[in-house]
Amino acid sequence: MATQMNIEQARLTYALRLGDNALVLGQRLIELVTHQPELEEELANANISLDYIGQARMYYSCAGELEGKGRTEDDFALLRDSGEYQNLLLLELPNGHFGDTIVRQVLFDSFYILQLEALLGCDDAGLAEIAARAIKEVRYHLRHVSLWLIRLGDGTQESHARVSQSLLDLWRYTGEMFSGDAVDDCLRDACNGPDLARIQVEWRSNVNAVLAEATLAMPEDEWMIGGGRQGVHTEHMGFLLAEMQHVQRACPGASW
Amino acid sequence: MYTQGLDQAGGKPQRRDALESAEQLAAFQARIDADEKIEAKDWMPEAYRRTLVRQISQHAHSEIIGMQPEGNWLTRAPTLRRKAILLAKVQDEAGHGLYLYGAAETLGTSREQMVQDLLDGKAKYSSIFNYPTLTWADIGAIGWLVDGAAIMNQIPLCRCSFGPYARAMVRVCKEESFHQRQGYDIMLTLARGNATQKAMAQDALNRWWWPSLMMFGPNDADSPHSAQSMQWKIKRFSNDELRQKFVDATVPQAGFLGLTMPDDKLAYDDESGHYRFGEINWQEFYDVLAGNGPCNRERMATRRKAHADGAWVREAASVYAEKQAARNAA
Amino acid sequence: MTEKNWPLYEVFIRSKSGLSHRHAGSIHATDDQMALDNARDTYTRRNEGVSIWVVRSDKIVASDPAEYAAFFEPAKDKIYRHPTFYDIPEEVGNM
Repeated sequence: MATQMNIEQARLTYALRLGDNALVLGQRLIELVTHQPELEEELANANISLDYIGQARMYYSCAGELEGKGRTEDDFALLRDSGEYQNLLLLELPNGHFGDTIVRQVLFDSFYILQLEALLGCDDAGLAEIAARAIKEVRYHLRHVSLWLIRLGDGTQESHARVSQSLLDLWRYTGEMFSGDAVDDCLRDACNGPDLARIQVEWRSNVNAVLAEATLAMPEDEWMIGGGRQGVHTEHMGFLLAEMQHVQRACPGASW
Repeated sequence: MYTQGLDQAGGKPQRRDALESAEQLAAFQARIDADEKIEAKDWMPEAYRRTLVRQISQHAHSEIIGMQPEGNWLTRAPTLRRKAILLAKVQDEAGHGLYLYGAAETLGTSREQMVQDLLDGKAKYSSIFNYPTLTWADIGAIGWLVDGAAIMNQIPLCRCSFGPYARAMVRVCKEESFHQRQGYDIMLTLARGNATQKAMAQDALNRWWWPSLMMFGPNDADSPHSAQSMQWKIKRFSNDELRQKFVDATVPQAGFLGLTMPDDKLAYDDESGHYRFGEINWQEFYDVLAGNGPCNRERMATRRKAHADGAWVREAASVYAEKQAARNAA
Repeated sequence: MTEKNWPLYEVFIRSKSGLSHRHAGSIHATDDQMALDNARDTYTRRNEGVSIWVVRSDKIVASDPAEYAAFFEPAKDKIYRHPTFYDIPEEVGNM
């Protein structure tokens, strides 16, 4: 049973979380520009990053309207502190090598696509509209990164060993996707939003299918780390924000 | 000018050149003179082929290395809108590098070979990308000045005699038309901003103006191979002609921004209708070309590291494809 | 590590329904699916296409420029294949 929560407040928080996920992942992927293993992948990575930045802008604009205090996308993106960000910790981790990046994205996009599918039919018209646009992009991303994971898993001994390790390293960050709080409950119960328990079942089955094709074993569930929803981050987050926000912070009130 | 107007021609004559008859050379020149396009599999003098491979690959390398100075500000762009625009621009540069490598590959040199030449330090790229981007205003100055200078050079290349290069350049020019405008738009916003922002814009202009003029390459008098490239219609205007055109176009744009060009000799000459400008520091130009610019080592180190870090990924993809092919055949 | 070069693919784009596919350029890829993705990410960033063909460059069979004369010139003097070869009196009208 959902705790009594103001629906408007839940919708606003939910929109911000979606925006934070998209922005933080987009920011991490942007760091990889000029560092891709092949030129064609530069183009692909930039397309994916652009999609996430675009989605973040839509979610933040939506949040700004819900909040009604005149805050803009840049106010949310560039002038909030770490504790106000509520993204999944998985997304703020440093990129690591190409295999780490691909595994992170397969794990997240496999979740995000299901979240978006559920949002398509929810009663929040704003979020449903954004989901309809985002889902086309994320379908392509998921396909792209899944194919890469299959190539790496079923490629050389080295690539197999590397992505096996990536999977083990990142697995403990996946539990957070499904451990909802009052906001998730409220959106599910009052707005016909995503049901995380159902999504988790489907996520496991979809991820398992990709891993099987990549000749990779699904890790055993272990202790799972959380905190993103409460604004309790990894140590990496402060640096990510310091870099991303420094121009705005250095020149308060300026327009760019 | 991404190809820097270095006009290294075809390098040293090689043994195969001697096998080319006067008739073949004359017939080839007649095709060029008749404004026919040369296609990849057509007969061509070896020196023409070498000149093109060198110029196109140098152009491609410049696009790829050129992603770095601007990429430096992607994570710090001051707004999400600016971040998206800059990312789209840097991505275009990757795309342009890709188109250009493709055009050069039609001449029989693989992209891997060209990339290897770059990593080995055998191939050049435009000297402009060896300067650092120190503030956000540098992103504006690069778009406005560096892309502006590049466009001056690239538009004539759309009519270059070699078909694949000309076609790649048509695509590049079409896509690049927004690059200069977005740069000027950044400068305009800063120039209309607060005192810190205005100072930032002026500082960026001070640092990027002279290197931009160097992009057009040495003065015509010091550009001995230009004549051959002109005759082959690989090159359509001289370095100095293009540089003058750039100065004439840019000086009034700076005036509109309320910024001052860092050149006390700059003056409008009523008689010729052109702006006269001061002497370029050619020593700096040749130093940077020789590897002694502020960021030469960093740019190359970044490229080498990306290439080395990606080796296991490229190999895994190749091995997977072989496995798949074997499975499909079974 | 022995590194094998990724094969070259030629890319053809149909810019909108009703038009034929047109050569856009080339990309490198290790397999057909990657080739399609890379072509999409490289050549349709500005909504330039509704359909993409990719084909391994080494699978294309091309005519030889050295055979140009024998291959194409015989078609040059068959001017009776063209409608303008025939004089039809104006009174007959459009034909």
